[in-house]
Amino acid sequence: MRTGPPEEDTLSASTMAAVKVVIVGGFGVGKTTLVGSVSEIRPLTTEETMTQASVGVDELAGVESKTETTVAMDFGRISLNEELVLYLFGTPGQERFWFLWKGLFEGALGAVVLIDTRRLEVSFDVLGRLEERGVPFIVAVNTFPEAPKYPLEEIRAALDLPEPVPIVECDARDRADCRDTLLILMRYLYSLTVATTRER
Amino acid sequence: MSDGDSSDKDRGAPRRWAEGGPERLYVVTGGRNRPAERVALDLVALIVARGAPGPGAHPEQAAILRMCTNPLSVAEISAYLSLPASMVSVLVGDLIDGGQVEVRAPASAAALPQAAVLEAVIDGLSRI
Repeated sequence: MRTGPPEEDTLSASTMAAVKVVIVGGFGVGKTTLVGSVSEIRPLTTEETMTQASVGVDELAGVESKTETTVAMDFGRISLNEELVLYLFGTPGQERFWFLWKGLFEGALGAVVLIDTRRLEVSFDVLGRLEERGVPFIVAVNTFPEAPKYPLEEIRAALDLPEPVPIVECDARDRADCRDTLLILMRYLYSLTVATTRER
Repeated sequence: MSDGDSSDKDRGAPRRWAEGGPERLYVVTGGRNRPAERVALDLVALIVARGAPGPGAHPEQAAILRMCTNPLSVAEISAYLSLPASMVSVLVGDLIDGGQVEVRAPASAAALPQAAVLEAVIDGLSRI
């Protein structure tokens, strides 16, 4: 049996609390690349089994035939200071996977929706679902060298993205780019928090 | 809370959790003790062992206690044990009941104001 983190991946004993950010995007859009670029540990994987027939049925249902699918979610970690650590979870865009990890979005500070300009249509659903859940997000366009370039404002219009929601370009392979994307998310979240406090 | 049945059942039983301890954050199901009825631990709840595993400990739980000498998230435990986070949640839940681990709740669930958390995150990210 595995014995836990290698010495260099051990968290400081003084770490008191964790926060999380979810990186949402379709298959192959670069979620794990982004997580790996900024993470202080090599990205890890947590798996859940999806049982097709008994989803949403009571616990006693389990006798009928059912198919099991393993769904993986990669994640990474950034120690922010002696007491606080940030976890980044790269999750598939399909909402049916989100229920596998209970509370994945609950308590998350916010989300980065990573998109590929060649497959914009898969992003519509994701944006709508996050809005429904009240999860604040920004949009990051992964700048694949082979993908056609569009002005961000054109992409904003195509996604019907409201004006205050930031949209940025991000090379998921570039550590500084990924860090800056996370900073833009945090500053946006901060502006939302301050606005809410003022309204009270 | 609406689970009158189980609180009646538990009446007179010795209290299993100290008032105000970190376990209180977890015990939101009115003292019911069937794992399936527990609220799942957050993926980023940090688990810290209070001691070494005793003899006869369940192998997975012994592994959890050994890897949590320093804080470790439920998600990391899940990855290192190659077990679903939902199952780790149940195993850790038993360790919580037995007082063998301490849980450090996610900052968003704790009492810190959101703006202070965000400032700390911005500070930390700016330094990497």
